[in-house]
Order: sequence, then structure tokens, then C-alpha cells
Amino acid sequence: MFAILKIAFRAIRRNLLRSFLTMLGIIVGIAAVIVGVSMGTGAKAEVDKRIASMGNNLLMVMSGNMSRGGVRGGFGAAPNLSPSDYDAIRREITGVVGVSPEVRTRAQVTAGNQNSSSDIFGVSEAYADIRSWEFASGGNFSEADVRNASKVCLLGTTAAKTLFGENVDPVGQVVRVKNAPFTVVGWLKPKGANSFGSDQDDVVLVPYTSAMKRLSGDTLFRSFNIQVEGPDRLNSVTNDLAQLLRQRHKIAEGRDDDFSIRTQQEMSEFLNANNRIMTILIGFFAGISLVVGGIGIMNIMLVSVTERTREIGIRLAVGARGRDVLRQFLTEAVLLSVMGGILGIATGFWLAPLLTKFFEFPTLISNTSVILAFTVSAVIGVVFGFFPALKAANLDPIDALRYE
Amino acid sequence: MQPVIQLTDFRKTYKSGEVEVHAVRGVNLTVLPGEFVAIMGASGSGKSTMMNTIGCLDRPTGGSFLLDGVDVGSLNRNERADLRNRKLGFVFQGFNLLARTTAAENVELPMLYSRPALPTSEQRKRALAALTLVGLGQRTDHTPSQLSGGQQQRVAIARALVNEPKVLLADEPTGNLDSRTSIEIMGIFQHLNDQGMTVIMVTHELDVARYCKRIVVMRDGQIRSDEPVTDRSLAPAELAKLEAEQKAVQLA
Repeated sequence: MFAILKIAFRAIRRNLLRSFLTMLGIIVGIAAVIVGVSMGTGAKAEVDKRIASMGNNLLMVMSGNMSRGGVRGGFGAAPNLSPSDYDAIRREITGVVGVSPEVRTRAQVTAGNQNSSSDIFGVSEAYADIRSWEFASGGNFSEADVRNASKVCLLGTTAAKTLFGENVDPVGQVVRVKNAPFTVVGWLKPKGANSFGSDQDDVVLVPYTSAMKRLSGDTLFRSFNIQVEGPDRLNSVTNDLAQLLRQRHKIAEGRDDDFSIRTQQEMSEFLNANNRIMTILIGFFAGISLVVGGIGIMNIMLVSVTERTREIGIRLAVGARGRDVLRQFLTEAVLLSVMGGILGIATGFWLAPLLTKFFEFPTLISNTSVILAFTVSAVIGVVFGFFPALKAANLDPIDALRYE
Repeated sequence: MQPVIQLTDFRKTYKSGEVEVHAVRGVNLTVLPGEFVAIMGASGSGKSTMMNTIGCLDRPTGGSFLLDGVDVGSLNRNERADLRNRKLGFVFQGFNLLARTTAAENVELPMLYSRPALPTSEQRKRALAALTLVGLGQRTDHTPSQLSGGQQQRVAIARALVNEPKVLLADEPTGNLDSRTSIEIMGIFQHLNDQGMTVIMVTHELDVARYCKRIVVMRDGQIRSDEPVTDRSLAPAELAKLEAEQKAVQLA
């Protein structure tokens, strides 16, 4: 085996430039596999991180049915969740840690001569906990604030920065929303962009009662954020919620829900669907490149067999079996493609961070993709090297010896 | 004594399109151990076909061929490869060494395909012994391009000897060499034959054939004559004669 490897190495080294050019196809293909898969895993890791930043064991009840009639109403559906639904959930669903309704409006927020048009969320006092918001300064508003529709608010870092400047603690200051003064009681720690790419820190959180009464005039909620006790309760709470809301919304048996319940996991799957399509696409092109690389190897191996016909004849004459010759040329082809594979992996390792650096595309090279790439390159060597090797093995020794 | 080579009514017919070419038409030839046979004939006489068959590179289409008692006609490709490896040594007109490969590695080549395989150190030891036997013990690391024609042919002979074959087959071994080197190479064959090696050689030069002990002449696929050599040339004497001639030319 060692002797065969040595012969193969020598044959490759003898035509160094040609061998390298042959490998190039494999190098490009394997590098594409590594980079493509790293983009897929990187994007997925990023989505998972953002989903996790939303909080733990989270359920969202949204107005409208996201998948009714195959059309995704999504977040744009008209609000149809009432305050009495909210009370019923708090009263009747067990296994729930916290519930917060959510109304959303976008309005100009001013402080002094600065202004910002931030997302204004009307939520309950439980919201900060459910969504894992932490406070840089100050604290949450209270249940009493919610009950009394107090004019208090929590500011996200981006909103605070726009209104008061960077690293200025806004707690105790007053901001005006639609001319109503709100006292800042809490300054939120930053979370970064959410899974849809919008800035989660450009927010103003106010008690939902204040938002509905003073800002939007809404009487219905867009959604509920619900935190359950543990992952094992997600299913039972989902079922209970669905049953309760169907009953309250008087939905007849067999009709579709007019709300939808999403778990974090479903959200991440939904968001990762795009990544998967991207990964498949890149994989497809990398696959084509690998096939082209393989054909290149086959081509060069056929040339090599023809060039070395005499050598094959000598080997056969001194007692090499067809199998020995086959093994020798197959080894050479596999060595070519595996070397190409290793160089391709190295190129991928070099290229992926550049992609992150210059295009800010998250990449993550997984061990699986490296092993996969290596295996694929070896398989290509075997598949595309087999025909030329077989041709060599089946040469007639007399003709081969006479070949000029 | 069991013959090394026994051809009985050996025939070889090639199909070239619709036409059948009878390259060899019924040859009986027996070669005993220790013989030194020259096969002569013009091109197309069938001598190459016969050598290919004796070399187990080809199979007879008629009659039988026994190599060291084994019926080669019934063997498949792999079995013939093993037979070539163990019982035959080839020396070609064009040397047929692997380029850019050292003399020692060229000589090791047949052992690469021996079953069971020898340990690498043993392979090297045997290769060096074979090279020493042909007088090339000092140039084992040279590649063919660094060696003269005569030296290359010595490497080829060492390669043929390294697996201790029953028969040494040489196809025009002096065809590419000058007269002095030819005598030296024939000297090596004579030396090996003196030690008991069976040698069969194809040549079309009577001068070269006279170093052998027996000459078989072929024509049109049949043996025309098969006679022992009476006035045999011996390499040392011929070499001395050649040197004397050269000296005479220089003096004149």
C-alpha cells in the first residue's frame, strides 16, 4: 500500500502544474461546499441566537390565522383579541408564568428638541420578564401603573440614544408621545436586531392601558406574549389556549381559528426555511462544480493512462495483475481529488471569515461539513478515476509494450 | 529431466477482419533446463509470436504449451501474470526501464507484484544483489537517463533475474547496442547460463546467435532448422579480439 502511494505521489509530482490545474476544479467545488454550508450554519446560528434573545419558553398568540386559505395573514391581521380574552387566559390557563398583551403603534416621541419615531409597545408589567429584558438603570413599571394607565415608560437603548444622547441615563426624564408626557422609569439593556432584522432596541414600552387610552385608541390586542413554566408545558398550554379562545370567539366545530399560536421553535423553523433554501442552492452549484472537477480528473487520468501505456506494459510483463494496475491508477485519481479536497477545505477556511468581514454575512464552519467535503472528494476520485483505471488494467501487455 | 518449455503442435492464428493470419503453424519445441537457445528468423517468420507465447503474454490458439510442467493454455489473465512474475524474466530490445526511477527501484519492480510480498528491506537486498551480479553494484541510485545503453540493459537483466526465474527471455537484447557493449551483454548471458540459467533469445543477427548453444531458425510460421552451435563464440575471447583490432587500427 505504501509503495502504491509512493508511486502515485511521484506520478502527480512529475506533472506538478497539470496536477494542480486538475485539482483546481475540486478545490473550487470543495471550497464552495465549505463556504456555502458555513453560510447556512452561520445564518441558522444567528437566527437561533435572535430567537433565544426573545426569551425562554415563549408562546405567541396572534390575531388572525397565519395560514388560512394558504395565505399568510401574519402580523398584519386586524386585532381581534379582547381584554376579556386576556383576563380569561390569566384566570383559566395553568402552567403559565406570565402573560402580556401587546398593542403596537408608531408615533413621534420627543424630548427637548430631539425626536425619534420609535415603535411604541403597550404591554403589561409581565412583559419585561417574559421577553428577558434587563434594565441598565431604573426598573419596571408596576401593576398599579397598568391599572391606572399611568404615563410611565421604559426606553430601549436606541430610542434613549436618539432622544438623550449616547450613554446618558434617561431615567427620571420626561418624553412626550403625541403630546402626552411620559416619565421614563426604566432604561433597557440592548438586545440587537431581532430575527426579522429590525432594531429591537428602538422601542418605548408603556402600560397597555395607557397606550390604548391615550395613544392609539385601540380596544383590541394584536397579540399575547405568554411564558410557560417549562418546555414540557408548551404543548398542553398551546392546546388549552386554542380551546379557550375558540370557545370565547364562538368558532364552530370544523371552522378555522381566527388566531394563531406560535412557539419559538416554530418561529425559528419558519425563519430558517429561507436559509435552508439558500444552503440547498449553494450546495447545488458546488455539486455541479465538483462534477466538473471530477470530469477534469477523469480526463487527465485518461491522458495519463495513454502516456504511460508502455509503463503499464512493463508492469504487466513483470507480473502485475490487472487489479494491481487498476489499484495504482485509482490511487492516483483518489490522491489527486483528496489533495484537491484538502486544499479546497483550506481555501474554504480562508474564505469564510473574509465573507463575514467584508459582507457581514455570518459564517460558521462545522466539523460535519469538513468531513463531508473530504469524503465527497475521495468518492469523486473513486468514481471518476475508475473508468481510466479500468482502461489501464484491461490493456493487452503485448500491445502496451509495443506502444510508442 | 522435465523440460522448461514444451511446445507441442503449437499454432497461433490471428483474425484480422475477415482474413485469418496463421502466424505460427504447428511448432514442436522442447527446451531443457540449462539450455541457451537462439530463435532466428526474418520479420513475419513467427518468432515474435512464439516468444510472446513462451513469455505467457499470449495463449496458443492450437496445440499446447507447457511451462515448467504447467499448461499455460488453460490459465486466465491473472494466473499468467503470476506465472510471468515467478518463472519468467524479460529482457527487451528497448530496455523498457521506468524513466525517472532509480536502477534499484527498477529492479525491485517485479517484487512489487510478488505474492506473498517480501518485506521492503529484503526487496532492496535482493535488488542490490542482482545489480552486483550484472556488474552495476555502484550505480544503483542512477536513473536510466544517467546510464549508458549497456548499463541500462544490465539493469533490465538484473530486473529479469531478481525473482529467480526458470527462464530468461530476451528479445533482441543487443539490437540497440554497439558491438563492444553487445559482446559484454552476451558475456553476461553466457555467465548466467554457465551457472545453470535457461536462456531463450530472439535475434536476427547470426553473430549474436553464435554465443548461444542452439539455434532455431523459423520461416513462415514453422521451424526450418534446429541445430546446436558448433563454433560457439565466447565473450572474453571475442572481447580480446575486438581490442586487438582496435589497437591495430590505432597503430596504423
